[in-house]
Amino acid sequence: MANARDIAEPVFRLVDVTRVFRTGKVAVHALRGVTLSLNEGEVVVLLGASGSGKSTLLNILGGLDLPTDGQVFFRDRNLTRASDGDLTRFRREHVGFVFQFYNLVPSLTARENVALVTEIARNPMTPEEALDMVGLGPRMDHFPSELSGGEQQRVAIARAIAKRPEVLLCDEPTGALDSKTGVQVLEALCAVNRNLGTATVLITHNADIQRIAHRVVVLADGRITRDEVNPDRVAPSQVSW
Amino acid sequence: MVRVLDRKLLRDLRQIWAQTLAIALVLGCGIMVMVAAYGTQRSLVETQAAYYDRHRFADLFVAATRVPVTRLAELADIDHVAQVDGRISFHAVLDIDGMQAPAVGQVLSLAADAGQGLNVPLLRHGRLPDPDRLDEVALNESFAQAHDLVPGSRFRAVLNGQLRELQVTGWLLSPEFIYTMAPGTIMPDDRRFGLIWMNEAAAAAAMDMQGAVNDIALRLMRGADARAVIAQVDSVLDPFGGTGAHGRDRQTSHAFLDSELTQLDALARFLPPVFLVVAAFLVNMVLGRLIAMERAQIGLMRALGYRRAEIGLHYLKLAGMIGLLGVGLGWGGGLLLREGMLLLYVEFFRFPFLIRDPALGAMGLSGALALAAVLAGAARAVAAAIRLPPAEAMSPPAPPSFGRGRIDRAIAALRLRQTSMMILRSVLRWPGRAAITLLGVSTSVGVLVASYFLFDAIDVVRDRVFQQGNRQHVTLTLARDAPDSVLLDALTLPGVTSVQGGYALPVRLVNGHRSRQTAVIAQFEGAELAQVMDDEQGVITLSDRGLVLPELVARHLRISAGDSVQLDLLVPPRDTLTLPVTAIIRQGMGSEAHIAAPALFAAMRVAPRVNQIHLRIDPQQMPALQARIKSLPTVAGFADWEELRAQFDASLQEGMLTMVMIYTLIGVLIAIGVVYNAARIQLSERSHELASLRVLGFTRAEVGFVLIGEMMLLTLLAVPLGWVMGYAFAQGMVDAISTDVVQLPFVISRRTYALAALVVVGASLAAVLLVRRRLDRVDLVSALKARD
Ligand SMILES: Nc1ncnc2c1ncn2[C@@H]1O[C@H](COP(=O)(O)OP(=O)(O)OP(=O)(O)O)[C@@H](O)[C@H]1O
Ligand SMILES: [Mg+2]
Repeated sequence: MANARDIAEPVFRLVDVTRVFRTGKVAVHALRGVTLSLNEGEVVVLLGASGSGKSTLLNILGGLDLPTDGQVFFRDRNLTRASDGDLTRFRREHVGFVFQFYNLVPSLTARENVALVTEIARNPMTPEEALDMVGLGPRMDHFPSELSGGEQQRVAIARAIAKRPEVLLCDEPTGALDSKTGVQVLEALCAVNRNLGTATVLITHNADIQRIAHRVVVLADGRITRDEVNPDRVAPSQVSW
Repeated sequence: MVRVLDRKLLRDLRQIWAQTLAIALVLGCGIMVMVAAYGTQRSLVETQAAYYDRHRFADLFVAATRVPVTRLAELADIDHVAQVDGRISFHAVLDIDGMQAPAVGQVLSLAADAGQGLNVPLLRHGRLPDPDRLDEVALNESFAQAHDLVPGSRFRAVLNGQLRELQVTGWLLSPEFIYTMAPGTIMPDDRRFGLIWMNEAAAAAAMDMQGAVNDIALRLMRGADARAVIAQVDSVLDPFGGTGAHGRDRQTSHAFLDSELTQLDALARFLPPVFLVVAAFLVNMVLGRLIAMERAQIGLMRALGYRRAEIGLHYLKLAGMIGLLGVGLGWGGGLLLREGMLLLYVEFFRFPFLIRDPALGAMGLSGALALAAVLAGAARAVAAAIRLPPAEAMSPPAPPSFGRGRIDRAIAALRLRQTSMMILRSVLRWPGRAAITLLGVSTSVGVLVASYFLFDAIDVVRDRVFQQGNRQHVTLTLARDAPDSVLLDALTLPGVTSVQGGYALPVRLVNGHRSRQTAVIAQFEGAELAQVMDDEQGVITLSDRGLVLPELVARHLRISAGDSVQLDLLVPPRDTLTLPVTAIIRQGMGSEAHIAAPALFAAMRVAPRVNQIHLRIDPQQMPALQARIKSLPTVAGFADWEELRAQFDASLQEGMLTMVMIYTLIGVLIAIGVVYNAARIQLSERSHELASLRVLGFTRAEVGFVLIGEMMLLTLLAVPLGWVMGYAFAQGMVDAISTDVVQLPFVISRRTYALAALVVVGASLAAVLLVRRRLDRVDLVSALKARD
């Protein structure tokens, strides 16, 4: 099941990427030379201790941040020196984000939160389709405050996939959820990957979740210490924590 | 289809509706005052212009002793004179049923072809006097109504020494007498002063003026040089006792009306900018906070691919909506208020019709200014919002760094309670917001000081005019100049205890090419009844040589104390005198110069004469005195100062009470708008911190103290600053409101300062308490759980 992906096209290519944060006199090296490729249709789980640079890496992939050094390619486009406007367009057209804190707009209903994206995307699905895909069709006129954490996260996923992005970047999407709800969210993510072929990067602190990945990448102190294909991928329903 | 972002906008607005409303009200207040004041002013100016135009209100006016009608053609021949109209005018004491005191009437001759002349009166009721009947007269409407004198009613008048019975035929209005004032008084009084139009033959017979006139009006052609015409008119009328032609600016009714319109204009210019600035600051404060709360949402939208411009526009729209709400409220309120003011003015001035200016200019200007103020206020916060890098916007803001600076160590050294410490640190941590709160609150103190100051000014005027300046009970105006021996005669009138003479002399004061037409009042020594008053120094003792000039006239003539000034006498002997100016004073009303009687008559080289007599009397004898005066042929005017003061108070009480309520409302609105918003922001920003205090075991009262304490600290600090602002505002008001007719004294009492502070502190406290109620409702658990 996994081997079919080996020859696939790379969507992202990172070459020797470093990221240094300077606050006052202290310089924090969040990434110290990361080289990595992400392939089409692949589910990659990103593991690592707190502070190892996972979020930094994800933000750079998604065009929310730029590397201090090194090169980032999206297909054959070099994002390294893209302008703010280019990055905005890149995000608008190609990337979907899911965050640990769902980051829904509290004053908009589930459907409207998704519409926030479909209104500016080029070839989106309807908000209803996207919400159906994560199993929230019946609740789409509820406000975030009327939804559980898991449901809110699934709205966030629907919002991320509604534009049919080529990559879906998820920073601890199950971090705030219990095991059962977390599994529902993972199932939604895998369904999207299966149906739309969206390359997915998923950050987690939960080692068990790596069993649903095609590939597992481990960061430690800003460097990649492990990058290997998962030979026996399982369905989300088989993980628990 | 409504875009999702716009839907968010409306819901956000609903979320912060109370703050939105607070800002919109402040903004709306400014717009309301602007629209109402400009709208009223424009409407009155247009109505006045149309009234003047339709009734051919004259451009120049001149009184003389006796001008043969045949000589009027000479005036008409002067270049740029379009039309000349002459009539007979004199004052007479009236005896009216139901009124014990004598009234004063100005009798005007009405030509058979009055409709073709100048200053054409408008018939409101009844008919004009029959040219064949000598006893028929028409009255001005307000006087007739005050006495219920309907067509057919009769009253008596002393005409040229003879008591005559007159019959009313109708009521008139005239553009010349929109504002009517008896000679020797300071306020309109419809009961005591009336206009009496009598047909020409009757007036001529009464005054022995057949074939002659003594009151001439001229209309000029467009673009005429009034000064040149005046000079020629004066030289023509010189042999006939002309007292000097003057323009509309010295015509009583016009001057008062103009002064009223100037004050409205000042109101429109003065207050609205204050509101607009405060509203701009408020928007900045509220939007800054909203944006801070929505950091994560802004980051999210950036992550989703929204452009900076789209996000910026979103928040500008929010500000715009607040602005639009304020503009809507302001326009609505302004148009309503304008309608109310117009109705009052129309009734007061008795305009026969009203032209409503659509006020589009004021609405457009105020709307544009308001939106500009709000958008300017929002611009800073929005700029900060869209500058945030998206990744950073997603993470909660770093906790504010509380400095360990010198001030902070000083505060620590005070060993205050922890809650007091929190207050002081918070003020220091957000100095910008503290400054806005401080400025807003002090502005409201300033507005109140500047408006309550009007009472102080009025009090001073009242004290100067009634308590000290005029201690007489009665002032008689004589029909003709009389030798000073009449003062002895006056002592024999019923109830009179002391007498003082006065002599009013129309003059033109000249210094180089600058000149000013006014009167010199000569004061006789003896009983000090009528005295010259300075706003600051009080009673001024006249020197035995020189002239005392009011500041306004001195400034116009560029004369200071010690200089000499030339006096052209406008009545016989029509000499030119040169007199030193010994002092310059500020006087609340009028532009007369003052001199001691001996000094004047010595310079004129004539025997002393009087045309005013001030009397102090035994109040019990007032009825007897009034009865006697009604039959005295030499008296043309009678002023009862007790009565004048009652009038003054009554007329002020009406207008002033409304004014104070409006101003207090405005000041309170600003204070509440600022404090409420600041406290709401405090609460939302620190709900986490305050909830933590509660969890730690602090009582509601102690936690409330942190919130209330900071706002009240700022309010108290704002009070002295507000006093300074108020002082400056009041100074501005004095300059803006003072006209030739009324000059406000610049004095601010402690009562005003105290009252302004009290009202604002009360309003602030109310606003914070309103917010504190929300603090009680904060759910501890959710406040602690919330990420922001
Ligand atoms: N904006 C920033 N300014 C300064 N330092 C930062 C910033 N963002 C991240 N860092 C630092 O960079 C390092 C990596 O941070 P990053 O958020 O990528 O870690 P992470 O692996 O996502 O950790 P966690 O699992 O706790 O989310 C950390 O030491 C962090 O303190
Ligand atoms: Mg992280």
